[in-house]
Amino acid sequence: MMDVAGEKNIDVAYVAHLARLRLSEEETAVFQKQLEGIVGYVNKVREIDTTGVEPTAHGRSVQNVFREDMAREGLTTEEVLRNAPAQRDGLFVVPKIVE
Amino acid sequence: MKYIASIGLEVHVQLKTDSKMFCSCRTSFGDKPNANICPVCLGYPGTMPTMNEKAICYTVMTGLMTGSSISNYSKFDRKSYFYPDMPKNYQISQYDMPLCVGGSVEIESDAGARSVALCRIHLEEDVAKNLHFANHSGVDFNRAGTPLMEVVTEPDMVSPDEALAFLLALKQILQYVGASDCNLEEGNLRCDVNCSVRPEGTETLGTKSEIKNLNTFKGVHDALAYEIVRQVEALQNGERIVQDTRRWDVDAGATFQMRSKEAAHDYRYFPEPDLMPVVLLQEQIDTWKKGLPELPGARRKRFVAQYGLPEYDARVLAGDREVADLFEQAASFNTDYKSVSNWIMTELLRHLSETGKTVASLPLTPKALADLVALVGGGKVTSTSAKEILGELMAHGGDPATIMQARGLVQVNDSDELSMFVNEAVADNPKSVEDYRKGKKAAIQFLVGQVMKQSRGKANPQIVAQLVRERIDAH
Repeated sequence: MMDVAGEKNIDVAYVAHLARLRLSEEETAVFQKQLEGIVGYVNKVREIDTTGVEPTAHGRSVQNVFREDMAREGLTTEEVLRNAPAQRDGLFVVPKIVE
Repeated sequence: MKYIASIGLEVHVQLKTDSKMFCSCRTSFGDKPNANICPVCLGYPGTMPTMNEKAICYTVMTGLMTGSSISNYSKFDRKSYFYPDMPKNYQISQYDMPLCVGGSVEIESDAGARSVALCRIHLEEDVAKNLHFANHSGVDFNRAGTPLMEVVTEPDMVSPDEALAFLLALKQILQYVGASDCNLEEGNLRCDVNCSVRPEGTETLGTKSEIKNLNTFKGVHDALAYEIVRQVEALQNGERIVQDTRRWDVDAGATFQMRSKEAAHDYRYFPEPDLMPVVLLQEQIDTWKKGLPELPGARRKRFVAQYGLPEYDARVLAGDREVADLFEQAASFNTDYKSVSNWIMTELLRHLSETGKTVASLPLTPKALADLVALVGGGKVTSTSAKEILGELMAHGGDPATIMQARGLVQVNDSDELSMFVNEAVADNPKSVEDYRKGKKAAIQFLVGQVMKQSRGKANPQIVAQLVRERIDAH
Protein backbone atom coordinates (compact mmCIF):
# COMPACT_ATOMS: atom_id res chain seq x y z
CA MET A 1 0.00 0.00 0.00
CA MET A 2 1.39 3.36 -0.95
CA ASP A 3 0.12 6.82 -0.38
CA VAL A 4 2.74 8.79 -2.22
CA ALA A 5 1.04 11.25 -4.52
CA GLY A 6 0.41 9.83 -7.99
CA GLU A 7 0.87 6.22 -6.89
CA LYS A 8 -1.74 3.60 -6.19
CA ASN A 9 -3.05 3.12 -2.66
CA ILE A 10 -3.44 -0.55 -3.34
CA ASP A 11 -2.42 -3.00 -6.06
CA VAL A 12 -5.50 -5.16 -6.50
CA ALA A 13 -3.87 -7.57 -8.97
CA TYR A 14 -1.05 -8.26 -6.49
CA VAL A 15 -3.39 -8.65 -3.52
CA ALA A 16 -5.61 -10.97 -5.58
CA HIS A 17 -2.58 -13.08 -6.44
CA LEU A 18 -1.58 -13.33 -2.76
CA ALA A 19 -5.13 -14.37 -1.87
CA ARG A 20 -5.18 -16.86 -4.77
CA LEU A 21 -8.17 -15.06 -6.34
CA ARG A 22 -8.55 -15.25 -10.10
CA LEU A 23 -9.93 -11.89 -11.24
CA SER A 24 -10.73 -10.89 -14.79
CA GLU A 25 -9.33 -7.61 -16.11
CA GLU A 26 -12.74 -6.01 -15.75
CA GLU A 27 -13.08 -7.20 -12.16
CA THR A 28 -9.58 -6.01 -11.33
CA ALA A 29 -10.44 -2.55 -12.67
CA VAL A 30 -13.72 -2.38 -10.71
CA PHE A 31 -12.11 -3.53 -7.45
CA GLN A 32 -9.11 -1.28 -8.00
CA LYS A 33 -11.41 1.72 -8.09
CA GLN A 34 -13.54 0.57 -5.14
CA LEU A 35 -10.63 -0.41 -2.90
CA GLU A 36 -8.70 2.76 -3.70
CA GLY A 37 -11.70 4.65 -2.42
CA ILE A 38 -11.85 2.58 0.75
CA VAL A 39 -8.12 2.72 1.46
CA GLY A 40 -8.11 6.43 0.69
CA TYR A 41 -10.94 6.93 3.16
CA VAL A 42 -9.15 4.92 5.86
CA ASN A 43 -5.99 6.93 5.15
CA LYS A 44 -7.80 9.94 6.60
CA VAL A 45 -6.93 8.46 9.99
CA ARG A 46 -3.33 9.37 9.26
CA GLU A 47 -4.24 13.00 9.33
CA ILE A 48 -4.83 12.72 13.07
CA ASP A 49 -1.92 13.88 15.19
CA THR A 50 -0.78 10.79 17.10
CA THR A 51 2.36 12.26 18.61
CA GLY A 52 3.00 10.59 21.95
CA VAL A 53 0.33 7.91 21.45
CA GLU A 54 1.57 4.31 21.87
CA PRO A 55 0.56 2.02 19.00
CA THR A 56 -1.71 -0.80 20.09
CA ALA A 57 -2.88 -4.02 18.49
CA HIS A 58 -6.10 -4.05 20.48
CA GLY A 59 -8.82 -1.68 21.49
CA ARG A 60 -9.18 -3.29 24.90
CA SER A 61 -6.54 -3.28 27.58
CA VAL A 62 -6.86 -6.96 28.46
CA GLN A 63 -3.62 -8.92 28.57
CA ASN A 64 -2.14 -12.31 29.52
CA VAL A 65 -5.19 -14.39 28.74
CA PHE A 66 -3.58 -17.76 29.39
CA ARG A 67 -4.73 -21.35 29.53
CA GLU A 68 -3.33 -23.96 31.88
CA ASP A 69 -1.39 -26.72 30.10
CA MET A 70 -4.00 -29.46 30.37
CA ALA A 71 -4.79 -31.86 27.55
CA ARG A 72 -8.39 -32.74 26.73
CA GLU A 73 -10.04 -34.97 24.18
CA GLY A 74 -10.85 -33.26 20.91
CA LEU A 75 -12.89 -34.62 18.04
CA THR A 76 -12.91 -38.21 16.87
CA THR A 77 -11.05 -38.95 13.65
CA GLU A 78 -14.43 -39.66 11.99
CA GLU A 79 -15.72 -36.22 12.98
CA VAL A 80 -12.46 -34.58 11.86
CA LEU A 81 -12.66 -36.15 8.41
CA ARG A 82 -16.41 -35.74 7.95
CA ASN A 83 -16.04 -32.64 5.74
CA ALA A 84 -12.94 -33.84 3.92
CA PRO A 85 -13.48 -33.90 0.15
CA ALA A 86 -11.21 -36.95 0.00
CA GLN A 87 -9.62 -39.15 2.66
CA ARG A 88 -7.54 -42.30 2.93
CA ASP A 89 -6.22 -44.21 5.95
CA GLY A 90 -7.24 -41.40 8.30
CA LEU A 91 -5.48 -38.73 6.24
CA PHE A 92 -6.89 -35.76 4.36
CA VAL A 93 -6.08 -36.41 0.72
CA VAL A 94 -4.83 -33.39 -1.23
CA PRO A 95 -3.31 -32.99 -4.70
CA LYS A 96 0.29 -34.15 -4.78
CA ILE A 97 2.52 -31.57 -3.12
CA VAL A 98 5.66 -30.91 -5.12
CA GLU A 99 8.35 -28.92 -3.36
CA MET B 1 41.86 -16.41 -2.39
CA LYS B 2 40.64 -17.54 1.01
CA TYR B 3 36.98 -17.30 1.87
CA ILE B 4 35.20 -16.89 5.20
CA ALA B 5 31.80 -18.45 5.76
CA SER B 6 28.99 -16.83 7.73
CA ILE B 7 26.41 -19.21 9.09
CA GLY B 8 23.14 -18.45 10.84
CA LEU B 9 20.66 -20.95 12.23
CA GLU B 10 16.94 -20.95 12.86
CA VAL B 11 16.18 -23.80 15.22
CA HIS B 12 12.57 -24.87 15.65
CA VAL B 13 12.06 -26.51 19.01
CA GLN B 14 8.92 -28.45 19.90
CA LEU B 15 8.19 -27.61 23.50
CA LYS B 16 7.41 -30.29 26.07
CA THR B 17 3.85 -29.35 26.91
CA ASP B 18 0.94 -31.75 27.34
CA SER B 19 -1.42 -29.68 25.23
CA LYS B 20 -1.08 -27.61 22.07
CA MET B 21 -0.16 -23.92 21.87
CA PHE B 22 -3.64 -22.51 21.31
CA CYS B 23 -6.01 -25.37 22.16
CA SER B 24 -6.24 -28.30 24.60
CA CYS B 25 -5.49 -31.11 22.17
CA ARG B 26 -2.77 -33.59 23.13
CA THR B 27 0.73 -33.15 21.74
CA SER B 28 1.68 -36.84 21.90
CA PHE B 29 3.82 -38.29 19.13
CA GLY B 30 3.08 -41.43 17.13
CA ASP B 31 -0.70 -41.51 17.52
CA LYS B 32 -2.97 -42.54 14.65
CA PRO B 33 -3.34 -39.78 12.03
CA ASN B 34 -5.80 -37.00 12.80
CA ALA B 35 -6.57 -38.23 16.32
CA ASN B 36 -5.56 -35.17 18.40
CA ILE B 37 -7.55 -32.47 16.75
CA CYS B 38 -10.31 -29.99 17.51
CA PRO B 39 -12.02 -27.16 15.66
CA VAL B 40 -9.36 -24.68 16.88
CA CYS B 41 -6.34 -26.48 15.42
CA LEU B 42 -8.35 -27.25 12.28
CA GLY B 43 -8.89 -23.52 11.90
CA TYR B 44 -12.67 -23.62 11.77
CA PRO B 45 -14.36 -20.24 11.48
CA GLY B 46 -15.54 -18.83 14.79
CA THR B 47 -13.05 -20.72 16.94
CA MET B 48 -10.80 -18.82 19.31
CA PRO B 49 -7.18 -19.60 20.24
CA THR B 50 -6.01 -19.31 23.87
CA MET B 51 -2.35 -19.23 24.89
CA ASN B 52 -0.71 -22.11 26.73
CA GLU B 53 1.01 -20.48 29.72
CA LYS B 54 3.57 -23.28 30.03
CA ALA B 55 4.83 -22.63 26.49
CA ILE B 56 5.31 -18.93 27.30
CA CYS B 57 7.14 -19.90 30.49
CA TYR B 58 9.48 -22.35 28.68
CA THR B 59 10.33 -19.74 26.06
CA VAL B 60 11.09 -17.10 28.67
CA MET B 61 13.15 -19.61 30.71
CA THR B 62 15.19 -20.47 27.62
CA GLY B 63 15.67 -16.76 26.97
CA LEU B 64 16.90 -16.27 30.53
CA MET B 65 19.38 -19.14 30.10
CA THR B 66 20.78 -17.50 26.95
CA GLY B 67 20.94 -14.07 28.53
CA SER B 68 18.32 -12.67 26.14
CA SER B 69 16.38 -9.62 27.13
CA ILE B 70 12.82 -10.64 27.95
CA SER B 71 10.23 -8.38 26.35
CA ASN B 72 7.89 -6.73 28.80
CA TYR B 73 5.37 -6.39 25.97
CA SER B 74 5.07 -9.08 23.35
CA LYS B 75 2.37 -10.10 20.87
CA PHE B 76 1.36 -12.68 18.29
CA ASP B 77 0.86 -12.08 14.59
CA ARG B 78 -0.66 -13.88 11.63
CA LYS B 79 1.71 -15.06 8.94
CA SER B 80 -0.34 -15.70 5.83
CA TYR B 81 0.50 -18.32 3.25
CA PHE B 82 -1.19 -21.15 1.42
CA TYR B 83 0.06 -24.64 1.94
CA PRO B 84 -1.79 -27.87 2.76
CA ASP B 85 0.00 -28.14 6.14
CA MET B 86 -1.72 -24.97 7.38
CA PRO B 87 -5.48 -25.29 7.80
CA LYS B 88 -6.14 -21.62 8.61
CA ASN B 89 -4.03 -20.37 5.70
CA TYR B 90 -2.08 -18.45 8.28
CA GLN B 91 0.26 -19.49 11.04
CA ILE B 92 0.12 -17.74 14.39
CA SER B 93 3.68 -16.56 15.01
CA GLN B 94 5.48 -13.54 16.40
CA TYR B 95 6.71 -10.88 14.00
CA ASP B 96 8.05 -7.64 15.42
CA MET B 97 7.62 -8.18 19.14
CA PRO B 98 9.06 -11.58 20.09
CA LEU B 99 9.23 -12.83 23.68
CA CYS B 100 13.06 -12.76 23.79
CA VAL B 101 15.53 -10.47 22.06
CA GLY B 102 19.30 -10.91 21.75
CA GLY B 103 21.36 -13.14 24.00
CA SER B 104 24.08 -15.66 23.24
CA VAL B 105 25.07 -19.30 23.57
CA GLU B 106 28.55 -20.44 24.65
CA ILE B 107 29.99 -23.01 22.29
CA GLU B 108 33.14 -25.09 22.18
CA SER B 109 34.64 -26.54 19.04
CA ASP B 110 38.13 -27.45 17.86
CA ALA B 111 38.58 -23.76 17.10
CA GLY B 112 38.13 -22.98 20.79
CA ALA B 113 35.43 -21.59 23.04
CA ARG B 114 33.37 -18.57 22.02
CA SER B 115 29.91 -17.18 22.20
CA VAL B 116 27.35 -17.19 19.37
CA ALA B 117 25.03 -14.18 19.27
CA LEU B 118 21.29 -14.74 19.15
CA CYS B 119 18.93 -12.48 17.26
CA ARG B 120 15.71 -13.51 18.96
CA ILE B 121 13.58 -16.34 20.37
CA HIS B 122 9.90 -16.38 19.53
CA LEU B 123 6.93 -18.68 19.84
CA GLU B 124 4.64 -20.00 17.13
CA GLU B 125 2.53 -23.03 16.28
CA ASP B 126 3.78 -26.07 14.41
CA VAL B 127 2.10 -27.09 11.17
CA ALA B 128 0.61 -30.39 9.99
CA LYS B 129 2.60 -33.28 8.61
CA ASN B 130 2.39 -34.11 4.94
CA LEU B 131 2.82 -37.61 3.65
CA HIS B 132 3.57 -38.14 0.00
CA PHE B 133 2.21 -40.91 -2.19
CA ALA B 134 2.52 -41.71 -5.88
CA ASN B 135 -0.38 -39.60 -7.12
CA HIS B 136 -1.47 -37.58 -4.11
CA SER B 137 -0.40 -36.32 -0.72
CA GLY B 138 -2.00 -36.93 2.68
CA VAL B 139 -2.26 -34.51 5.59
CA ASP B 140 -2.13 -35.45 9.29
CA PHE B 141 -3.03 -32.50 11.52
CA ASN B 142 -1.94 -34.07 14.84
CA ARG B 143 1.21 -31.94 14.91
CA ALA B 144 -0.60 -28.75 13.84
CA GLY B 145 -0.70 -26.37 16.79
CA THR B 146 2.13 -27.93 18.81
CA PRO B 147 4.07 -25.12 20.53
CA LEU B 148 7.14 -24.36 18.47
CA MET B 149 9.87 -22.13 19.84
CA GLU B 150 12.13 -20.62 17.20
CA VAL B 151 15.67 -19.74 18.20
CA VAL B 152 17.28 -17.45 15.62
CA THR B 153 21.02 -16.77 15.65
CA GLU B 154 22.95 -13.96 14.04
CA PRO B 155 25.07 -15.10 11.04
CA ASP B 156 27.78 -15.58 13.60
CA MET B 157 29.26 -19.02 12.99
CA VAL B 158 32.12 -19.62 10.57
CA SER B 159 32.23 -23.39 10.10
CA PRO B 160 30.02 -26.49 10.05
CA ASP B 161 31.80 -27.55 13.25
CA GLU B 162 30.72 -24.37 15.00
CA ALA B 163 27.14 -24.84 13.81
CA LEU B 164 27.20 -28.36 15.22
CA ALA B 165 28.72 -27.12 18.49
CA PHE B 166 25.96 -24.51 18.72
CA LEU B 167 23.26 -27.14 18.28
CA LEU B 168 24.80 -29.35 20.95
CA ALA B 169 25.08 -26.42 23.36
CA LEU B 170 21.50 -25.34 22.65
CA LYS B 171 20.25 -28.88 23.14
CA GLN B 172 22.02 -28.98 26.49
CA ILE B 173 20.31 -25.75 27.57
CA LEU B 174 16.90 -26.96 26.42
CA GLN B 175 17.29 -30.20 28.34
CA TYR B 176 18.45 -28.31 31.42
CA VAL B 177 15.39 -26.08 31.29
CA GLY B 178 13.25 -29.12 30.55
CA ALA B 179 11.72 -27.14 27.69
CA SER B 180 12.00 -29.94 25.15
CA ASP B 181 12.76 -33.65 24.92
CA CYS B 182 15.08 -32.76 22.01
CA ASN B 183 14.25 -36.09 20.40
CA LEU B 184 15.48 -35.72 16.83
CA GLU B 185 13.79 -38.88 15.59
CA GLU B 186 10.47 -37.40 16.63
CA GLY B 187 11.27 -34.09 14.96
CA ASN B 188 11.56 -32.13 18.23
CA LEU B 189 14.38 -30.05 16.71
CA ARG B 190 14.34 -28.88 13.10
CA CYS B 191 16.72 -26.39 11.53
CA ASP B 192 16.81 -23.92 8.70
CA VAL B 193 20.34 -22.73 8.05
CA ASN B 194 21.58 -19.78 6.06
CA CYS B 195 25.07 -19.56 4.74
CA SER B 196 27.18 -17.14 2.73
CA VAL B 197 30.85 -16.76 1.94
CA ARG B 198 33.00 -13.66 1.46
CA PRO B 199 36.66 -13.14 0.58
CA GLU B 200 38.93 -12.95 3.62
CA GLY B 201 39.62 -9.37 4.61
CA THR B 202 36.26 -8.02 3.44
CA GLU B 203 33.49 -7.02 5.83
CA THR B 204 30.26 -7.15 3.83
CA LEU B 205 28.52 -10.51 3.97
CA GLY B 206 28.13 -12.39 0.71
CA THR B 207 24.80 -13.37 -0.83
CA LYS B 208 23.23 -16.10 1.25
CA SER B 209 21.48 -19.36 0.56
CA GLU B 210 18.95 -20.83 2.93
CA ILE B 211 18.78 -24.59 3.41
CA LYS B 212 15.40 -25.63 4.75
CA ASN B 213 14.16 -28.26 7.14
CA LEU B 214 17.20 -30.17 8.32
CA ASN B 215 16.18 -32.59 11.04
CA THR B 216 19.48 -34.10 12.10
CA PHE B 217 22.61 -32.41 13.48
CA LYS B 218 24.69 -34.39 11.01
CA GLY B 219 22.47 -33.10 8.22
CA VAL B 220 23.16 -29.51 9.29
CA HIS B 221 26.89 -30.18 9.42
CA ASP B 222 27.09 -32.01 6.09
CA ALA B 223 24.78 -29.62 4.24
CA LEU B 224 26.88 -26.64 5.37
CA ALA B 225 30.13 -28.36 4.47
CA TYR B 226 28.76 -28.96 0.96
CA GLU B 227 27.22 -25.50 0.61
CA ILE B 228 30.38 -23.62 1.57
CA VAL B 229 32.41 -25.50 -1.03
CA ARG B 230 29.69 -24.94 -3.64
CA GLN B 231 29.61 -21.20 -3.06
CA VAL B 232 33.39 -20.80 -2.96
CA GLU B 233 33.78 -22.78 -6.19
CA ALA B 234 31.07 -20.71 -7.86
CA LEU B 235 32.84 -17.47 -6.89
CA GLN B 236 36.21 -18.80 -8.01
CA ASN B 237 34.67 -19.62 -11.38
CA GLY B 238 33.54 -16.02 -11.66
CA GLU B 239 29.87 -16.86 -11.09
CA ARG B 240 27.48 -14.79 -9.03
CA ILE B 241 25.69 -16.34 -6.02
CA VAL B 242 21.94 -16.03 -6.38
CA GLN B 243 19.97 -15.72 -3.15
CA ASP B 244 17.86 -18.86 -2.99
CA THR B 245 16.22 -21.49 -0.85
CA ARG B 246 17.70 -24.96 -1.10
CA ARG B 247 17.11 -28.43 0.24
CA TRP B 248 19.65 -30.99 1.42
CA ASP B 249 19.52 -34.37 -0.29
CA VAL B 250 21.18 -36.87 2.06
CA ASP B 251 21.56 -39.58 -0.57
CA ALA B 252 23.06 -37.27 -3.17
CA GLY B 253 25.14 -35.50 -0.52
CA ALA B 254 24.28 -32.18 -2.15
CA THR B 255 21.95 -29.18 -1.84
CA PHE B 256 19.44 -28.40 -4.58
CA GLN B 257 17.62 -25.18 -5.36
CA MET B 258 13.92 -25.10 -4.40
CA ARG B 259 13.15 -21.52 -5.31
CA SER B 260 15.03 -18.33 -5.96
CA LYS B 261 14.54 -15.03 -4.17
CA GLU B 262 12.38 -13.74 -7.02
CA ALA B 263 9.57 -15.97 -5.79
CA ALA B 264 9.96 -14.76 -2.20
CA HIS B 265 6.84 -14.83 -0.09
CA ASP B 266 4.91 -11.84 1.09
CA TYR B 267 3.52 -13.08 4.40
CA ARG B 268 1.42 -9.96 5.12
CA TYR B 269 2.02 -10.16 8.87
CA PHE B 270 -0.52 -8.39 11.00
CA PRO B 271 -1.39 -8.58 14.72
CA GLU B 272 -3.48 -11.64 15.65
CA PRO B 273 -6.77 -10.02 16.70
CA ASP B 274 -7.93 -13.13 18.61
CA LEU B 275 -5.04 -13.04 21.09
CA MET B 276 -4.29 -10.40 23.67
CA PRO B 277 -0.71 -9.25 24.18
CA VAL B 278 1.65 -10.87 26.67
CA VAL B 279 2.77 -8.40 29.30
CA LEU B 280 5.50 -9.77 31.55
CA LEU B 281 6.10 -7.87 34.73
CA GLN B 282 9.59 -7.93 36.19
CA GLU B 283 8.08 -9.70 39.19
CA GLN B 284 6.91 -12.62 37.03
CA ILE B 285 10.24 -12.80 35.20
CA ASP B 286 12.12 -12.78 38.52
CA THR B 287 10.01 -15.66 39.83
CA TRP B 288 10.85 -17.73 36.75
CA LYS B 289 14.48 -16.65 37.06
CA LYS B 290 14.69 -18.06 40.58
CA GLY B 291 13.59 -21.43 39.26
CA LEU B 292 16.38 -21.49 36.68
CA PRO B 293 18.88 -24.32 36.87
CA GLU B 294 22.61 -23.72 36.75
CA LEU B 295 24.03 -23.54 33.20
CA PRO B 296 26.00 -26.64 32.13
CA GLY B 297 29.23 -24.63 31.76
CA ALA B 298 28.94 -23.15 35.26
CA ARG B 299 28.11 -26.52 36.72
CA ARG B 300 31.15 -28.07 35.02
CA LYS B 301 33.44 -25.48 36.61
CA ARG B 302 31.81 -26.00 40.00
CA PHE B 303 32.25 -29.78 39.76
CA VAL B 304 36.00 -29.25 39.33
CA ALA B 305 36.19 -26.73 42.18
CA GLN B 306 33.80 -28.32 44.66
CA TYR B 307 34.42 -32.04 44.13
CA GLY B 308 37.98 -31.93 42.79
CA LEU B 309 36.92 -33.84 39.68
CA PRO B 310 39.12 -33.84 36.58
CA GLU B 311 37.92 -31.50 33.82
CA TYR B 312 36.98 -34.52 31.69
CA ASP B 313 34.71 -36.03 34.36
CA ALA B 314 33.10 -32.67 35.07
CA ARG B 315 32.32 -32.20 31.37
CA VAL B 316 30.78 -35.64 30.94
CA LEU B 317 28.68 -35.41 34.11
CA ALA B 318 27.50 -31.82 33.65
CA GLY B 319 26.58 -32.48 30.02
CA ASP B 320 23.33 -34.14 31.04
CA ARG B 321 21.22 -32.55 33.74
CA GLU B 322 19.85 -35.85 35.05
CA VAL B 323 23.31 -37.43 35.20
CA ALA B 324 24.69 -34.35 36.95
CA ASP B 325 21.84 -34.42 39.47
CA LEU B 326 22.44 -38.11 40.14
CA PHE B 327 26.13 -37.43 40.75
CA GLU B 328 25.47 -34.58 43.17
CA GLN B 329 22.84 -36.50 45.10
CA ALA B 330 25.09 -39.57 45.35
CA ALA B 331 28.01 -37.34 46.34
CA SER B 332 25.95 -36.08 49.28
CA PHE B 333 26.07 -39.66 50.68
CA ASN B 334 29.62 -40.60 49.70
CA THR B 335 32.57 -38.23 49.68
CA ASP B 336 34.69 -40.49 47.45
CA TYR B 337 33.63 -38.22 44.58
CA LYS B 338 36.04 -39.58 42.00
CA SER B 339 34.84 -43.16 42.55
CA VAL B 340 31.19 -42.08 42.31
CA SER B 341 32.08 -40.27 39.09
CA ASN B 342 33.89 -43.34 37.73
CA TRP B 343 30.95 -45.64 38.31
CA ILE B 344 28.58 -43.20 36.62
CA MET B 345 30.85 -42.52 33.65
CA THR B 346 31.64 -46.16 32.91
CA GLU B 347 28.95 -48.64 33.93
CA LEU B 348 25.96 -46.33 34.20
CA LEU B 349 26.48 -44.33 31.00
CA ARG B 350 27.26 -47.54 29.09
CA HIS B 351 24.00 -49.02 30.35
CA LEU B 352 22.11 -45.89 29.27
CA SER B 353 23.62 -45.84 25.80
CA GLU B 354 23.06 -49.59 25.33
CA THR B 355 19.45 -49.52 26.45
CA GLY B 356 18.53 -46.03 25.25
CA LYS B 357 17.12 -45.32 28.71
CA THR B 358 17.38 -42.12 30.73
CA VAL B 359 18.57 -41.74 34.32
CA ALA B 360 15.07 -40.75 35.38
CA SER B 361 13.64 -44.03 34.09
CA LEU B 362 16.04 -46.15 36.19
CA PRO B 363 14.88 -47.47 39.59
CA LEU B 364 18.43 -46.86 40.87
CA THR B 365 18.48 -44.27 43.68
CA PRO B 366 21.43 -41.91 44.34
CA LYS B 367 21.70 -43.40 47.85
CA ALA B 368 22.01 -46.95 46.45
CA LEU B 369 24.74 -45.85 44.06
CA ALA B 370 26.60 -44.09 46.88
CA ASP B 371 26.28 -47.18 49.10
CA LEU B 372 27.56 -49.48 46.37
CA VAL B 373 30.62 -47.27 45.81
CA ALA B 374 31.19 -47.37 49.59
CA LEU B 375 31.02 -51.18 49.59
CA VAL B 376 33.70 -51.35 46.90
CA GLY B 377 35.80 -48.71 48.66
CA GLY B 378 35.53 -50.56 51.97
CA GLY B 379 36.70 -53.83 50.42
CA LYS B 380 33.33 -55.48 51.04
CA VAL B 381 32.80 -56.37 47.42
CA THR B 382 35.03 -56.71 44.35
CA SER B 383 34.46 -54.42 41.42
CA THR B 384 33.43 -57.43 39.33
CA SER B 385 30.68 -58.26 41.81
CA ALA B 386 29.80 -54.58 42.15
CA LYS B 387 29.11 -54.46 38.41
CA GLU B 388 26.65 -57.30 38.84
CA ILE B 389 24.99 -55.51 41.76
CA LEU B 390 24.78 -52.26 39.80
CA GLY B 391 23.14 -54.16 36.94
CA GLU B 392 20.49 -55.37 39.35
CA LEU B 393 20.04 -51.87 40.83
CA MET B 394 19.55 -50.39 37.37
CA ALA B 395 17.12 -53.13 36.36
CA HIS B 396 15.04 -53.51 39.52
CA GLY B 397 16.36 -51.11 42.16
CA GLY B 398 16.92 -52.18 45.76
CA ASP B 399 19.67 -51.93 48.34
CA PRO B 400 23.22 -52.92 47.32
CA ALA B 401 24.15 -54.55 50.64
CA THR B 402 21.01 -56.69 50.56
CA ILE B 403 21.67 -57.75 46.98
CA MET B 404 25.28 -58.51 47.88
CA GLN B 405 24.22 -60.79 50.73
CA ALA B 406 21.40 -62.43 48.81
CA ARG B 407 23.64 -63.30 45.89
CA GLY B 408 26.56 -64.33 48.04
CA LEU B 409 28.81 -61.68 46.55
CA VAL B 410 30.56 -60.64 49.74
CA GLN B 411 34.25 -60.28 48.97
CA VAL B 412 36.39 -63.06 50.37
CA ASN B 413 39.30 -61.51 52.28
CA ASP B 414 39.96 -64.55 54.43
CA SER B 415 43.41 -65.97 53.62
CA ASP B 416 42.53 -69.50 54.68
CA GLU B 417 39.49 -69.61 52.48
CA LEU B 418 41.50 -68.22 49.54
CA SER B 419 44.56 -70.44 50.09
CA MET B 420 42.65 -73.44 48.78
CA PHE B 421 41.97 -71.66 45.46
CA VAL B 422 45.57 -70.41 45.34
CA ASN B 423 47.03 -73.85 45.85
CA GLU B 424 44.77 -75.23 43.15
CA ALA B 425 45.73 -72.50 40.68
CA VAL B 426 49.46 -72.98 41.30
CA ALA B 427 49.20 -76.76 41.00
CA ASP B 428 47.14 -76.62 37.77
CA ASN B 429 49.32 -74.07 35.99
CA PRO B 430 52.98 -75.09 36.25
CA LYS B 431 53.81 -73.19 33.07
CA SER B 432 52.73 -69.85 34.54
CA VAL B 433 54.54 -70.61 37.78
CA GLU B 434 57.67 -71.34 35.76
CA ASP B 435 57.30 -68.10 33.78
CA TYR B 436 56.92 -66.11 36.98
CA ARG B 437 60.00 -67.68 38.49
CA LYS B 438 61.96 -66.82 35.32
CA GLY B 439 61.10 -63.20 35.99
CA LYS B 440 57.98 -62.78 33.84
CA LYS B 441 56.06 -60.81 36.45
CA ALA B 442 52.91 -60.58 34.32
CA ALA B 443 52.42 -64.33 34.66
CA ILE B 444 51.11 -63.73 38.16
CA GLN B 445 48.09 -61.95 36.72
CA PHE B 446 47.02 -65.14 34.97
CA LEU B 447 47.21 -67.06 38.24
CA VAL B 448 45.26 -64.35 40.07
CA GLY B 449 42.69 -64.52 37.28
CA GLN B 450 42.31 -68.26 37.81
CA VAL B 451 41.63 -67.74 41.51
CA MET B 452 39.15 -64.97 40.77
CA LYS B 453 37.37 -67.32 38.39
CA GLN B 454 37.24 -70.10 40.98
CA SER B 455 35.86 -67.71 43.58
CA ARG B 456 33.30 -66.43 41.06
CA GLY B 457 34.73 -62.93 41.27
CA LYS B 458 34.37 -62.67 45.02
CA ALA B 459 38.05 -62.93 46.02
CA ASN B 460 39.94 -59.81 46.98
CA PRO B 461 42.45 -59.55 44.10
CA GLN B 462 45.13 -57.76 46.17
CA ILE B 463 45.11 -60.48 48.81
CA VAL B 464 45.09 -63.18 46.14
CA ALA B 465 48.15 -61.67 44.42
CA GLN B 466 49.93 -61.57 47.76
CA LEU B 467 49.05 -65.19 48.52
CA VAL B 468 50.10 -66.41 45.06
CA ARG B 469 53.48 -64.69 45.43
CA GLU B 470 53.97 -66.15 48.90
CA ARG B 471 52.96 -69.62 47.72
CA ILE B 472 55.40 -69.67 44.79
CA ASP B 473 58.25 -68.07 46.72
CA ALA B 474 57.82 -70.66 49.49
CA HIS B 475 58.54 -73.57 47.15
